Amino acid sequence: MTAPADLTVVENEAAQARFDDLIAQDSRIEPRDWMPDAYRKTLIRQISQHAHSEIIGMQPESNWISRAPSLKRKAILMAKVQDEAGHGLYLYSAAQTLGIGREEMTQQLIEGRARYSSIFNYTTPTWADMGAIGWLVDGAAICNQVPLCRASYGPYGRAMVRICKEESFHQRQGFEILLELMQGTEAQREMAQDAVNRWYWPSLMMFGPPDDESPNSAQSMAWNIKRFSNDDLRQRFVGMLVPQAEVLGVTLPDPNLAWNEAEQRYDMSEIDWHEFHEVLAGRGPANAERLRRRREAHEEGAWVREAAAEYARKQAAKAAAAA
Amino acid sequence: MSTPGETGTEAWPLWEVFVRANRGLSHVHVGSLHAPDADMAVRNARDLYTRRNEGVSIWVVPADAVTTSDPDAKGAFFESPAGKNYRHAVYYTKSEGVKHL
Repeated sequence: MTAPADLTVVENEAAQARFDDLIAQDSRIEPRDWMPDAYRKTLIRQISQHAHSEIIGMQPESNWISRAPSLKRKAILMAKVQDEAGHGLYLYSAAQTLGIGREEMTQQLIEGRARYSSIFNYTTPTWADMGAIGWLVDGAAICNQVPLCRASYGPYGRAMVRICKEESFHQRQGFEILLELMQGTEAQREMAQDAVNRWYWPSLMMFGPPDDESPNSAQSMAWNIKRFSNDDLRQRFVGMLVPQAEVLGVTLPDPNLAWNEAEQRYDMSEIDWHEFHEVLAGRGPANAERLRRRREAHEEGAWVREAAAEYARKQAAKAAAAA
Repeated sequence: MSTPGETGTEAWPLWEVFVRANRGLSHVHVGSLHAPDADMAVRNARDLYTRRNEGVSIWVVPADAVTTSDPDAKGAFFESPAGKNYRHAVYYTKSEGVKHL
């Protein structure tokens, strides 16, 4: 039965008022609450992209599991890749509470209709890349994600709390890899510096376009999904990196990087946004490879999913017959 | 009313996961996952939610078996305790200063 149009309008107004009130109190929106369509859509897009990033993010590192320099490093890397899978699953579950199905999200990803973080479209040619990814990429991710623990949508915030707890191990292990290399031979130091040179700028791009070119940011901040602007987070991240780079003994590849005492912020070179947009548009070094592997894994795993479902069906039928 | 996350179109059903962090504590909801049956749901829950000793016991419940209160009736449904502050110890003030009370 459909309600008369004017009654629906009145109901929606009351629901919108309740929603606005919860946001104004910095409270949380939960799955069954009424929410504006745009809020729901924004969250589905953001959370599913975030989940896809975790899943695709397994690839650059799994590449190194078999070649990590020691059994300890292999075990650590496996644990880290397993964490990324877990993070993807927490986030897919959170997105599902908004009404999108898991399979729908998977299809969007493997058909190339969904985005994921552009950072995972870079390749990992050396062992030092594992260090640079942990230190810079996971570092940037943590910087982005800590404020998301307070996102207004309850399930998203709760997933982020769990993820942030686990990410700190990722960053530290990356730092340690680089530190060991920097205390090694000349060739090892060069390898570490080379990886930092390649990952520094892409990691700064992870915070997204500059504030004046980020049209959705204002709305996300008004909804308490996003708490700080892209540029503010980028500044905060660079501020953390500078002293850490000194400990490592690596040079951050920006000749213009300097503390500006008057403005209380770091001056830095212009980011190559052309590169960012190219990679985002699918023309990065490894976009095609990442999607191909994800599609392959999904399709080659189809028989396992079907067999498990069939086994469950048969067991249930047997149990029903015995009862 | 459908359960959040349960669309009915997935190959494997959705399960809600509850973990007991330690003896003496109750199971607490930690999230959800897909699995073909209850046994696999428990195993997947172990791998997904207890990689760092987060629990000593796991419950899994089919998501569509969960019945919840109607969120639209929020005000009315939970109205009864309002105005009944005599159900709280702080309502009784005459015993202030008296020990062990």
